[in-house]
Amino acid sequence: MSQVSPRQGDPVITPALVGEHGLTTGEYDRLVAMLGREPTFTELGIVSALWSEHCSYKHSRPVLKNLPTTAPYVLQGPGENAGVISIGDGLAVAFKIESHNHPSAVEPYQGAATGVGGILRDVFTMGARPIAMLNSLRFGSLDDARVRYLFAGVVKGIGDYGNCVGIPTVAGEIVFDRPYGTNPLVNAMCVGLMHESDLIRAKAQGVGNPIMAVGARTGRDGIHGASFASEDLSAASDAKRPRIQVGDPFTEKLLLEASLELIKSGSIVAIQDMGAAGLTSSSAEMAERGDVGVTIDVTKVPTRESGMTPYEILLSESQERMLVVAKKGHEDAVRDILTKWDLTAAVIGEVIAEPVYRVTEGTKIVAEFPGSRLVTDCPAYSPEALESPDVRALRDIDPLTIAELPEEADPAWTLERLLAAPTIASKAWAYRQYDSTVRTNTVVGPGGDAAVLRVRGTNKGIAVKTDCNGRYVYLDPRVGGRIAVAEAARNVACTGARPMAITNCLNFGNPTRPEVFYQFREAVAGMGEACRALGTPVTGGNVSLYNESPAGAVYPTPVIGMVGIIDDISRATCSTFQQDGDAILLIGDPGGELGGSEYLATIHDTVLGRPPSCDLDHERATIDTVLDAIGEGLITSAHDCSDGGLAVAVAECCIANRDAQAGAEIDLSDNAGRSNRELLFGETQARIIVSTPNPERVSQIAARHHAPAERIGVVRAASDKLEIKLPRGALRAPLSRLSAAYHNAIPTIMARTPEHATFDELAPVAAH
Amino acid sequence: MKFGIVTFPGSNCDYDAYHAVTEVLGEEAVYLWHKDHDLQGSDVVILPGGFSYGDYLRAGAIARFSPIMQEVTAHARSGGPVVGFCNGFQILCEAGLLPGALLRNAHLQFVSAWTRLRVENADTMFTNLYERGELLRVPIAHGDGRFVATEEVLDELEGEGRVIFRYADASGNISADANPNGSERNIAAIINEGGNVLGMMPHPERACSPLLGSTDGIRLFESILSRVAA
Repeated sequence: MSQVSPRQGDPVITPALVGEHGLTTGEYDRLVAMLGREPTFTELGIVSALWSEHCSYKHSRPVLKNLPTTAPYVLQGPGENAGVISIGDGLAVAFKIESHNHPSAVEPYQGAATGVGGILRDVFTMGARPIAMLNSLRFGSLDDARVRYLFAGVVKGIGDYGNCVGIPTVAGEIVFDRPYGTNPLVNAMCVGLMHESDLIRAKAQGVGNPIMAVGARTGRDGIHGASFASEDLSAASDAKRPRIQVGDPFTEKLLLEASLELIKSGSIVAIQDMGAAGLTSSSAEMAERGDVGVTIDVTKVPTRESGMTPYEILLSESQERMLVVAKKGHEDAVRDILTKWDLTAAVIGEVIAEPVYRVTEGTKIVAEFPGSRLVTDCPAYSPEALESPDVRALRDIDPLTIAELPEEADPAWTLERLLAAPTIASKAWAYRQYDSTVRTNTVVGPGGDAAVLRVRGTNKGIAVKTDCNGRYVYLDPRVGGRIAVAEAARNVACTGARPMAITNCLNFGNPTRPEVFYQFREAVAGMGEACRALGTPVTGGNVSLYNESPAGAVYPTPVIGMVGIIDDISRATCSTFQQDGDAILLIGDPGGELGGSEYLATIHDTVLGRPPSCDLDHERATIDTVLDAIGEGLITSAHDCSDGGLAVAVAECCIANRDAQAGAEIDLSDNAGRSNRELLFGETQARIIVSTPNPERVSQIAARHHAPAERIGVVRAASDKLEIKLPRGALRAPLSRLSAAYHNAIPTIMARTPEHATFDELAPVAAH
Repeated sequence: MKFGIVTFPGSNCDYDAYHAVTEVLGEEAVYLWHKDHDLQGSDVVILPGGFSYGDYLRAGAIARFSPIMQEVTAHARSGGPVVGFCNGFQILCEAGLLPGALLRNAHLQFVSAWTRLRVENADTMFTNLYERGELLRVPIAHGDGRFVATEEVLDELEGEGRVIFRYADASGNISADANPNGSERNIAAIINEGGNVLGMMPHPERACSPLLGSTDGIRLFESILSRVAA
């Protein structure tokens, strides 16, 4: 080990300074023991970033170990920039989801934009060209002006970034619920396509190989962004706005093209995004994966301004930068490619044999850690887990004890309100701001169950979707975790694609609170059960904890990003009724579970009861039935039955496509044992509504898979109404009314936002 | 016939135009790098969609000064066919090869949607395989697509048959509801006086496959082929 001495002008290390860096006393002692001395200010900064929850997963690692991560087609599981699965024909799909919740809570536009930028880089550093973006978003009630400001800003941020880079945004979900009021969730997923032979891993190798910083220059933005993302939001959060990065999608586009050229050129051995904790984490992680030492000279890093300290250069989260390990002697080839795209490339260090992580400022050593212990010595915690008694009490309430409102005597009244509930209503207001057709691969775009992209040069397609019902996870984390995976699989299957693998973004509150850690542990266990049962391993993801403010924690929200493969793209199926006279079949049980339903939330403003049960054998049977039927060309439309139950699902099949609406006649009258509201709005799982000209054959297929398949009605293309016969009475509603409720809800609410409202005109986080 | 597709650093529809020409049309296409001064013998030049140089100032304002644009302008001035889709249309206006300008959409939001276009003039080198009054289904995706010009210029464009497509509703009516961005007189596409330069905000290169929902864009490319080859 060499001599490391404090740098002139750096602050003296005091307990208060250690506290400001988010390290506990125990963690600081651990650091001193590892170094055998007091750290320098630069070293403290490095460790504070790398041992932050965001970078280290210190509270989540032990739990995540139990998730299934392998399958013969998984080429890369968790631990890399993105997961990769083979799809045959020598092709592979790289995909990953990541959160940008905290930045979006205080600066929605840049927070969301840089979230998109970061996940794009994670995918193209694997050697894949991004082909699709998805977004899973959660906001509070749109009745709140600040929530409208956050929603509008996030949507614009996502759109402006992805549109400029030229990657279609094709799917996702948006949910509005009060617990997300001050702490929105912004999860971005990217899917990329590559030749298997181009797969590259972020593993530093080859003693003497140069380490190069490429892309944008390093500035003073986003310093300590990773630490910011690892604490609760509070009154002080607004003051941390400088920790938020600023995105430049044009530079990202240049970096994307340059990076893919670099990977093709054979001049580099590894490449990683300088994302959270910037240069520090990218260099330390690449060294750890390659089991080599590295030395970096911060004076060689191209900066935007002079006078930046080692601390600032190491912890900057300036966007659109990459760290590359080049092959020795290929430095000029790397520079040439970057110059072609008007970007910089500079040798800033090298891979060394000595097992140290060393940072110098010229010749002076400013930070040095033994071997890869910077990464491996990070503590792991398994805090206490205890279910909240309040939640248990809520779950034990029978939803049927909630008295019906007088208006519910007409079920059409209830349906109309549900269709206008922002969580269910059309999200076109948002996705019309996203370019969904660029790159000319989008076969099924936003607005349906999952999106489908063609794979050029093959007959195949890729289906993608994100899903999670946080209300279910809140009421029963184990069941909710299972349902998140099952619903994503079902959505993908509705397009005709076989669910293959998932990425996940686990959004939870403060893990040091026992009830939050209980939610986390149980939800992950439930996800694992469903992944095993449905054959969809986890290939990576992201954990976002501390999603809480003084107002409380968000609903536990483990978002699942599912990828499926469709063998014959011509069979890709959409969700809306297509053909007059087609029989409408319900694959799955008529059901009627109202616990945790959108019905209770919207009509009765309450969240209680047992969430719908999730029998994974039933899920499999339903999925296999639909896939086989689509494979035989029998299905003209398939739609998952989820939020709002059967009535909402059927209504969506009728009205979601504004250009081609179709009526339907449904008969549920022989389910005498259940009330109208259970039949119409219960959210029993494992159900898909299909339309088909050949119901007999579909029923045979269902019987083979032991899935219920009841013929419940018929498509009336020329009819202008939806009619559902019930054990008591009927639901009759003109399509025009249902359509107005569904399509106008969000635009009407958003029209309330003052056009030029600024951050300061709206109440900040603390006042909520 | 050889199509040259200009790649500005922020072009992102160059690939789509390339595939439309090579796979759908079966013709030759080359990418033309923005820093070069060589059209590589292209018969037709396409300025594709995207964000040429980031477009943080005004869409296309920097692109007009790029090296390749000198060659594109010379090609256009000598009667060579030039087409600009989306960002390409914006660049053609900035370069003075087409009149008018494209401003921020009236509703101030980016808009990605399928639109219906009514063919206003089927007697041009870009539209001769369409019928006048025919309705086409073609997507748009832009933030700055509101076509504006002075009343005199608009009258001149209409009077000389230089308005090529207009945004229409499902019945072919030119209505305010069918106008996705607030363009003057629902104008979606225009040509220059010589009839050899076309600018349009919609993306015909994205409407070339039944799988993707429309094949209405194919005849635009075929029209060029039939006229230029003839």
